[in-house]
Amino acid sequence: MTLDIDAILTNPEKHIIVCTGSGGVGKTTTAAALGLRAAELGRNVCVLTIDPARRLAQAMGLTELDNTPRAVAGIANGSLSAMMLDMKRTFDEVVESHSDPERAEQILSNPFYQALSSSFAGTQEYMAMEKLGQLRAQSQWDLIIVDTPPSRNALDFLDAPARLGSFLDGRLIRIITAPARGAGRGIGRIAAMGFGIFTNVLSKLLGAQVLADVGNFVADIDTTFGGFRERADATYALLKDSGTEFIVVAAPERDALREAAYFVERLNQDSMPLGGLILNRVQEVPETGLTQDQVLAAAQKLTAEGRGPLTAALLELHAQRMEIKERQKHLAMRFTAAHPDVAVQPIPAMAQDVHDLAGLREIGAALANQGITW
Amino acid sequence: MQNWPNATLHVVTGKGGTGKTTIAAALAIALAKNGHRTILMEVEGRQGIAQLFDTPPLPYEERKIAVAPGGGEVWALAVDTEDALLDYLEMFYKLRRAGSALRKMGAVDFATTIAPGLRDVLLTGKACEVVKRKEKKQDNAYDYVILDAPPTGRITRFLNVNGEVSGLAKVGPIKSHADSVMSVIASEQSAIHLVTLLEEMPVQETLDGVSELEAAALPVGAIFVNMTRPPQLDAQQRVMAIAGQLPRSEIESEISQSGLTATNQLIDALLNEASDHSERVDLEITELERLTERGLPIFTLPLLPSGIDLGGLYELSAIMSASGIGGE
Ligand SMILES: Nc1ncnc2c1ncn2[C@@H]1O[C@H](COP(=O)(O)OP(=O)(O)O)[C@@H](O)[C@H]1O
Ligand SMILES: Nc1ncnc2c1ncn2[C@@H]1O[C@H](COP(=O)(O)OP(=O)(O)O)[C@@H](O)[C@H]1O
Ligand SMILES: [Mg+2]
Ligand SMILES: [Mg+2]
Repeated sequence: MTLDIDAILTNPEKHIIVCTGSGGVGKTTTAAALGLRAAELGRNVCVLTIDPARRLAQAMGLTELDNTPRAVAGIANGSLSAMMLDMKRTFDEVVESHSDPERAEQILSNPFYQALSSSFAGTQEYMAMEKLGQLRAQSQWDLIIVDTPPSRNALDFLDAPARLGSFLDGRLIRIITAPARGAGRGIGRIAAMGFGIFTNVLSKLLGAQVLADVGNFVADIDTTFGGFRERADATYALLKDSGTEFIVVAAPERDALREAAYFVERLNQDSMPLGGLILNRVQEVPETGLTQDQVLAAAQKLTAEGRGPLTAALLELHAQRMEIKERQKHLAMRFTAAHPDVAVQPIPAMAQDVHDLAGLREIGAALANQGITW
Repeated sequence: MQNWPNATLHVVTGKGGTGKTTIAAALAIALAKNGHRTILMEVEGRQGIAQLFDTPPLPYEERKIAVAPGGGEVWALAVDTEDALLDYLEMFYKLRRAGSALRKMGAVDFATTIAPGLRDVLLTGKACEVVKRKEKKQDNAYDYVILDAPPTGRITRFLNVNGEVSGLAKVGPIKSHADSVMSVIASEQSAIHLVTLLEEMPVQETLDGVSELEAAALPVGAIFVNMTRPPQLDAQQRVMAIAGQLPRSEIESEISQSGLTATNQLIDALLNEASDHSERVDLEITELERLTERGLPIFTLPLLPSGIDLGGLYELSAIMSASGIGGE
């Protein structure tokens, strides 16, 4: 099945496209290329990138890191804005907009908050979701394309916000931070004893100050804004909306495709809208009607006879590429066998990195090329 | 390993997807050559080692997973944070039973979430325990410990556990545990290797990572350049290939001599591929130069067209051995 990306990009009902996949497969590049293409097809687009390569960031005018979208120059038809997520700043802004200055100051200077907002597992995903919600609420753009953080695995993007949210709103955090209220409230006596050991061991391990910081943080945010979990849930609901489309990006490698398969299954299970799979950086090989063995035999014949080292090298190169392509196709076919309903679009590996608008246009054209031979 | 005569602990990091797990595994085989015992450890709960060696998921237990040429042995351990914490509670507080109760409550996860530094010190602590462990009070249990570590973006924080726990207890077992970890990691006993591809982003990340490690006084070992495409054409041929100036008619007649039919389709394909390949190789050479400027030892491993299976691992480890890794 092929992917009709232009139909998605020009569908006025679609307001969010999420590009996801495992690390290094080309999520950021794909998000930027989709954004540019959609803008040139007439949409007003905002691309929320997480970690663009330096030169790509420059090409998109992302030199000022002010955590707000900036217009990209040189776009025909629609418009394109781009921004790079600053997770700490985004978190700070959430705090500031929900509390009076004095309390905000207290929270921002709390060491636990500082660790949470700058280095916690899951915060980046959480803040990407938060920012997406904000951009969507501004209704200045009719299409938002989100790149996802370089997580350990693609599912983190879906799960980390809720996991972090329920941690922050959770039972355990409330118990250790409110010893005065009594750990036994609502739980049996045996469990209460368990919690006694629990707080005891925790303060041994972490020190009393850490627990105090956590306690102050929880007390401060409690009064200012609703549960973290609710916020994460709200954005999660946005992702389930029919105005959203997921694009899963994978490299034609076993591990990346395994991750992609997990993700596809998960989207299915949660009834989230999947546009298709982008198989990025495939080895293109022009069709010559020869088999790999024939090409290799010819190269060997030349080498054995001591003739034409250049031609032999070219033949070997050709054979190598055929081998890579065969392996990639085999992996892609296995994916399709297991997921026959998922549209797959191959994108050739370019000889150069993709770091300017011309390169993005080229990727965009490949994304939309339904006749691609691979 | 010749460049680090004293290094027992080899930490392997790199940008995600560049081949950390693959290189760590090949290194464990190469270092085990000729009768050595090595152990490959992973700490991210991904079961990457089991997948690579095509074995069932590894428990929290040292297992022999492969042999090396000349009678060496490769062992493996997937370190689990919860188990490492329970070990720790047992060791310092004799709290094994309470520990299991805590685990049931989800408390272990909770503690390491509040204080990610705690997780790191437990994981690195386990690696250092294995490094220091003696067999029959004299020989080291393992000659080399190879750690498949978190990616470059997190490696300095991960290894620099002293900084990590500074926000935690200032005195007591955790602090002294961290100190003893640092006495291994920040010493000649360790070498931190970075895996990269010859592409702009991973190379930049590698260079930034090296600076960060050096600033934290952590011992950088070598750079492993992975998945390179060995050039099929020399420099002059590449210039000609990109300019479209390779001798077409000569190639045509040689194709005929090779037993194939010199169709236009075939010649065009070969010339296009030559140009594409040359651009790629030139890009890789530029990136390699940026790495070379850092003055660190560099080991180069090719992209194996057939992908990585057990055979591929041995192939990479043989290339490492041939470049002087492992020695004797
Ligand atoms: N089709 C392609 N051909 C060549 N290079 C590509 C292609 N797609 C991505 N790249 C390059 O790969 C690198 C990683 O891509 P990126 O989009 O940042 O990945 P991710 O966001 O998934 O980590 C970048 O340097 C980018 O230029
Ligand atoms: N030299 C190589 N040749 C071919 N494929 C490789 C090579 N090194 C790694 N790979 C493949 O690249 C992918 C990523 O490698 P992996 O070791 O899992 O990386 P990481 O641990 O850094 O995420 C895997 O599919 C692996 O098989
Ligand atoms: Mg990215
Ligand atoms: Mg790995």
